[in-house]
Amino acid sequence: MNKRATFSNSWLAAALLLPQLLLVFIFFYWPSGEALWWSFTLERPFGGGNEWVGFYNYLSVLQDSRYWGSVRVSVIFAIAASALSILLALMLAVFVDRRMRGHQILKTGFFLPYALAAPAVGLAFRFIFAPDAGLIAGINRVFPGLWNPALDGNDALTLIILAQAWSLVGYNFIFFLAGLQSIPRALLEAGAMDGAGPLRRVWDLQLPLLAPTLFFLLVINITDSFVNSFGIVDIVTSGGPARATELMVYKVYTDGFQGKDSSLAATQSVILMVLIMALTFVQFRFIERKVHYN
Amino acid sequence: MTGIELRSLRKTYSGNDVLHGLDLTVTPGEFLVLLGPSGCGKSTLMRMIAGLEAVTTGDILIDGRRVNDIEPRARGCAMVFQNYALYPHMSVSQNIGYALKVAGVPKAERQARISAVAGSLALTDFLDRKPSQLSGGQRQRVAMGRAMIRSPRVFLYDEPLSNLDAKLRVAMRLEIRRLHQKLGTTTVFVTHDQVEAMTLADRIVVMNAGRIEQVGTPSEVYQHPQSTFVAEFIGAPGMGLVDAIADPKRGVLCLGDGQEVRFDAARWPDLPHGAVRLGLRAEEIGITAHPSAHTVMARVELIENIGPHRHAHLSLSGCNLIAQVPNDFALQSGAQVAIGFDMAALQLFDPATGRRHAGQNVPLAERIAATV
Ligand SMILES: Nc1ncnc2c1ncn2[C@@H]1O[C@H](COP(=O)(O)OP(=O)(O)OP(=O)(O)O)[C@@H](O)[C@H]1O
Ligand SMILES: [Mg+2]
Repeated sequence: MNKRATFSNSWLAAALLLPQLLLVFIFFYWPSGEALWWSFTLERPFGGGNEWVGFYNYLSVLQDSRYWGSVRVSVIFAIAASALSILLALMLAVFVDRRMRGHQILKTGFFLPYALAAPAVGLAFRFIFAPDAGLIAGINRVFPGLWNPALDGNDALTLIILAQAWSLVGYNFIFFLAGLQSIPRALLEAGAMDGAGPLRRVWDLQLPLLAPTLFFLLVINITDSFVNSFGIVDIVTSGGPARATELMVYKVYTDGFQGKDSSLAATQSVILMVLIMALTFVQFRFIERKVHYN
Repeated sequence: MTGIELRSLRKTYSGNDVLHGLDLTVTPGEFLVLLGPSGCGKSTLMRMIAGLEAVTTGDILIDGRRVNDIEPRARGCAMVFQNYALYPHMSVSQNIGYALKVAGVPKAERQARISAVAGSLALTDFLDRKPSQLSGGQRQRVAMGRAMIRSPRVFLYDEPLSNLDAKLRVAMRLEIRRLHQKLGTTTVFVTHDQVEAMTLADRIVVMNAGRIEQVGTPSEVYQHPQSTFVAEFIGAPGMGLVDAIADPKRGVLCLGDGQEVRFDAARWPDLPHGAVRLGLRAEEIGITAHPSAHTVMARVELIENIGPHRHAHLSLSGCNLIAQVPNDFALQSGAQVAIGFDMAALQLFDPATGRRHAGQNVPLAERIAATV
């Protein structure tokens, strides 16, 4: 059957496509093109347009130890947040899939964090984990200085990792739950007859069958950690203390809007873009080829 | 060997009774077939024995031990699922050996047992394949291998052959029967195919809407169905049923259209005057060219060619009957024909309850011989 809609009037088709094309052009291709141009040029000190400098900007970015610091933080952040949130989501999904009491309500509850904007999540985490008034304040009173994200870089990084992980749990949870529920019940029953307990069944049967979902979510989570973490960092730590949480995407912003060096910022954002494109490519290539059991 | 006992076993799904208090004993080493139409609760019953479904009320005993609250793995049952439920990400040998792996059997012994089982099921060449790379019949054998390798106390099969083509089904049927003869393991086998039931079973349990209609050997169930349900359900075709009024004093059964059939009233000494339902199998009805006092007239509605013989669909006093006719017997649909019954095989049922009028089952000739 031909599922493609066919338009005899190509003008109508074009008109229907136009708004979306316009949006994509204005908010993606144009700025991307602009960034690409800036990354190969430098602004003349006394005005009069941009000067072509070839790979000068790239070389200076890649030779900057501050930049590599932000790469390191970003990678730690992305891997830790993705792993944590995937693990949590998987556990929740397994519980809901086992139809524990109240699973209907929990299902909605677990998904809700995903509906929150990153700055809201950031704000919530800042308050909840505030060293003097938050949940950890009590522990801090017993062991003074144990937790202070405003002073300790590791604490700050931990805090934004927690916030990011929490905000992704809902999304991962839904995918895992859908994945678990698409595994035929009889398969798990066969496992039970073969003597495997619930944990063993998760490990031997459900996890391997979820592998494609797991891989897909890993890529999505890492991408999201690179791209969408700005709101959380900005609200929770503003990249501090002492750049301990200056993620790549946040550094683009500080260099561009606070340092007013648009070429440097553009260069970094192009590098980030290439990274994301590579991740997306990996995802498409491997998900397509991932084992499909039938 | 292991026996199973069910005591007033009930299953309720959200207020709906699916099984209404079943009592059943599976004797050790027996091959028991659960037979019944779709939705009558066969799978539910089997899954309760396996421990995959909770018991609402009643008891399940395996080897005299109450197992209601015991995990499936501790019950010693192995199950073959309808669509096999093979682990798609494991090879054939991993599928077969999974139970042993879980049980912590050392690798060398595991391999030895896997190859033994695979050998007996002609799966040796496929051990490294994934289930998706196997044909339906091979998957079926892997599922059996997975059940066999544990040397279970009870085999449970839930319609294991229903996804196979007719020829393979017959072959696998033999395979299963052979396996049972070799191992002698107590087996419960669910099917809605009555040929499968007849050929495999030591005893058949006929179920209907969550109740047991009859338990008996294949020939008991075939020859002496205890209810009209069993009569119509068992046999291909099922027993033909004709409504009549019994007049035991005159020794006749009066059909609705005024025709009368003489019957051996002494076989049913307690039969009251009133409505009965006659049950007759196709091979017990003969069409004859010569009407007589012992025949009644019926109309031929349709003739079906079966191969070894033909089935004539008859209308007798408004009821449908099927008669078995030799291939060379000249017959035309629409014709009025005279039919005679093998009265020794006649069954009578109570139309109100559907139950069979017990009577004495000894054929007339033998009873006469005995009284003389
Ligand atoms: N999980 C369930 N929840 C509610 N009702 C159920 C459930 N499982 C089965 N039933 C009902 O129980 C009845 C018996 O189901 P069961 O699967 O045992 O039938 P069956 O005899 O095996 O039929 P088939 O030959 O089609 O497999 C059916 O009416 C079915 O709708
Ligand atoms: Mg069933």
